[in-house]
Amino acid sequence: MEHIVIIGNGISGVTLARHIRKLSDKKITIVSAETDYFFSRTALMYVYMGHMKFEHTQPYENWFWKKNRIELKKGYIKTVETKSKTLHFADGDTLQYDKLVIATGSKPNKFGWPGQDLNGVLGMYHKQDLENLEKLAPSKEVCKRAVIVGGGLIGIELAEMLNSRKIPVTFLVRESSFWNGVLPEGESQMINEHIKHHHIDLRLSTNLKEIKSDENGNVKSVIIEETSEELTCNVVGLTAGVSPNIDFIKDSEIETGRGVKVNRFLETNIPDVYAIGDCAEQHEAIGNRRPIEAVWYTGRMMGETLAQTICGNRIAYKPGHWFNSAKFLDIEYQTYGWVHGSKGRPDYEQHFHWKHPKEDICITVAFHKDTNEFLGINTFGIRMRHEIFDRWLTEKRDVNHVMSYLKDANFDPEFYKAYESDIIKQFNTEFNTNLTTHKKSWKRIFSKA
Amino acid sequence: MKAIKHIGLVIFLIGLGIFTALPLLGTFNLNETDFNTIISNQNIKSEVFINELKSEVVGKDFNGMQTLSPKISKAISNANEAHTKNKEWDKKIYTKSSDMAAMIGKTSANGFIANNKGLVWFLTFGLGIIGALMFILPNVILLGAKGIKNDGIYHESATNRGWIGWMVFIFLVSFYLVLYFASEYATNWTLLVDPISEALSGNPAGHWFVYGFMYCVVMTVMAVRMYIKYRHNIYQVFRTTSVLFFQIVFAFLIPEIMVRLQMPYYDFKNAFPLDYDFFFQWNLKNLINNGGIGIFILVWGIVLTLIIVPVMVYFFGKRWYCSWVCGCGGLAETLGDPYRQHSDKSLFAWKVERYLIHAVLVFVVVMTGMTLYSFFTESGTVLGIQTSTVQNIYSLIIGSIFAGVIGTGFYPIFGNRVWCRFGCPLAAYLGFVQRFKSRFRITTNGGQCISCGNCSTYCEQGIDVRAYAQKGENIIRSSCVGCGICSAVCPRGVLKLENGPEKGRINPTEILLGNDVDLMDLVNQK
Repeated sequence: MEHIVIIGNGISGVTLARHIRKLSDKKITIVSAETDYFFSRTALMYVYMGHMKFEHTQPYENWFWKKNRIELKKGYIKTVETKSKTLHFADGDTLQYDKLVIATGSKPNKFGWPGQDLNGVLGMYHKQDLENLEKLAPSKEVCKRAVIVGGGLIGIELAEMLNSRKIPVTFLVRESSFWNGVLPEGESQMINEHIKHHHIDLRLSTNLKEIKSDENGNVKSVIIEETSEELTCNVVGLTAGVSPNIDFIKDSEIETGRGVKVNRFLETNIPDVYAIGDCAEQHEAIGNRRPIEAVWYTGRMMGETLAQTICGNRIAYKPGHWFNSAKFLDIEYQTYGWVHGSKGRPDYEQHFHWKHPKEDICITVAFHKDTNEFLGINTFGIRMRHEIFDRWLTEKRDVNHVMSYLKDANFDPEFYKAYESDIIKQFNTEFNTNLTTHKKSWKRIFSKA
Repeated sequence: MKAIKHIGLVIFLIGLGIFTALPLLGTFNLNETDFNTIISNQNIKSEVFINELKSEVVGKDFNGMQTLSPKISKAISNANEAHTKNKEWDKKIYTKSSDMAAMIGKTSANGFIANNKGLVWFLTFGLGIIGALMFILPNVILLGAKGIKNDGIYHESATNRGWIGWMVFIFLVSFYLVLYFASEYATNWTLLVDPISEALSGNPAGHWFVYGFMYCVVMTVMAVRMYIKYRHNIYQVFRTTSVLFFQIVFAFLIPEIMVRLQMPYYDFKNAFPLDYDFFFQWNLKNLINNGGIGIFILVWGIVLTLIIVPVMVYFFGKRWYCSWVCGCGGLAETLGDPYRQHSDKSLFAWKVERYLIHAVLVFVVVMTGMTLYSFFTESGTVLGIQTSTVQNIYSLIIGSIFAGVIGTGFYPIFGNRVWCRFGCPLAAYLGFVQRFKSRFRITTNGGQCISCGNCSTYCEQGIDVRAYAQKGENIIRSSCVGCGICSAVCPRGVLKLENGPEKGRINPTEILLGNDVDLMDLVNQK
């Protein structure tokens, strides 16, 4: 029986294992050094905040693995020998494979800051980071202030976590406005305001110079690059992005760049070795996507796809239209298609921005200046139906169509106030159109393209 | 603000303390006239009982029900023992001793509590309400901007099965035990709400009136908490208002007013088989003897169960009943909301749920079949089994212990829907309709789920919502009561409760939306 070994028990590896089991009887082993069982990394924040217990982050009950004949092995792999198809564990153990899948995910970036390895400095990625944080910052009495370095999605989550225990947070963000590499100006500004509204000390255009230690090797303070200001703190969160967690294969014959280099079939340069999820790096980026995508659902999709290939139905990884979501403290964010921030925005991409006069609700619609083709939408505080936008993007609908049928796409809970008519009114004024909103139609929603 | 909360908590605990002490306080002295009235009203012929009470109870002072009640139960058992021995069946007393004690206690109560009903009401209910509101209202400011407010739920003793949770458990279970099995100890509580009961129905309050009144008070106060916690979520605001309205108006006010109008006591929203004694002989006779209104209730009750309930479930899902109208659901969604995360999500619990709830449904159907057979044939037995015995077993095991003691008492331990999930036969019936013939579903939003587990954690019915959402499948489950909290707590906007066409409601997905694998390739491989 063919033995498939998957390194990493995250969403990519586990999705792959589940789908291989659906399609075949192959022997499957998942290796992880982090935890015994698969858990949802995205939910670690809720454990610290007291919304859940760690066991709630585990999507499958513990009997699931045995029942589905998926073997779990806890251990840290030191080296991979592809010639003899052998994995060497740190404790001296070895494991033979027929096909190997690297799904080891990411690790937090460290940019060589002085003091970055002190006690009290942590990322927020692994289960161990959560345990560490619980030790270092159990309460505002123990942790008088925390400084977060790096204004991305993990950074704002860590800020929200610490905030939930009333620990004062200073949030150092390199950019001039929060996440403005991704978000258009208006939205980025709204999030800036929202962060400050939560009493988080947001410092924009601010970099970390060094982290200072007390006599016991604990964090004492940080020094800010621009002003040389010293901020006293007990915990420093490094959340300046993540990079592939692949140190253990650097000495093997598997080709790596920043991540494990893979082709469209998620195959590496070595036969029978594959890579999926955050640690895989496409030779060439797919569409507007990045070569390395550290996104939950792309990991899952790569797992779904590779399971087909491994089970004899070789198919390419073809992620469809880009979509994503996040939550910034209390503001939910969804995006479908491409809406660029000021950085990297193509000349033809025109934006229509609508914001609620009082609430933190807004949308930005991107469309082609010349053809009017709908390119993408960002929504804040309004939920939208994935299926509808996916279809509109496939059908290359123009922006007028999207505006007119926006009610079909609304996914807010029942009885919520709807803003389609306000939105279309502003759109009509700005673009001299005469569009009207169409009533929501179940027939349209369920008609397949 | 924090100080107000703390003071409120102290005031609430004082009120609760006095309320809890009341059953053992108070003085009772039964005078000759009242005693004779009871004897003639109850048609008691047992001279053993009459003599024993005359010598032991009448004209004597008792401090606390715990001194009076044993005398009465002893007199009853002595009397019945003697009459059984002498085969004097007509002299035997069939009134339960706790009912007899409650009756005697109610007429003989004198002293401070009986003479200061308003004051003692204030010291119990009044302080409880004021304290609780002082504890809850500052959250408008303390909780900060609107949004999901689940911070610290698993850090707090009260909501994480800590010692406070266990204390609440003990209190609730004891309260229900008193209510169902030792109602004489509720005598002092009934005194406090006498003025309210008299204003409504014209009668003094019994222990069920105390329960009904408390139910409304608790729901109202805890609804205020819901309004504050979910003020960003208009679905929750509407739903809370709806359950509150149906409890106060339909379950509490209308039945009491109907009594005043010489009509049968009836809760128009309480559908069979949740209302398990609707077809019991005494109820049918009562309805039939009550003329037009009685017949109307009889027809309404049947139409409600057979037509209105399933048709509404077809259009809106069982949520229209379970989390918008039902009293049990109403308490679960208000008092029980802080405990919703304790429902067991394991596959094992789901198996237990299916066996139990459907067993109860079968039980109630069989019992009702026997009841109707007995009613129309006027025979007390069916196939040699006494109908009344089956009815008594159901009333005790299901009606009292399961629905009351376990259903509500276990809130802090097993979550707020123990009864609704494992026991309610109406929920089982609605569940069939919801599962097989309904427009209701919880739609999963394509591929947006990140498997975080908030939805499953906060599902009061113990549905592993995430298991469906992460596969891109809609959630179609017979047990879903449509409370909408999964959708509320989802950080990624994945879930939406909606009523739509039946076609495409159940959507098994091999590959999730967003992954554009060539589907023809996939199909050809199979």
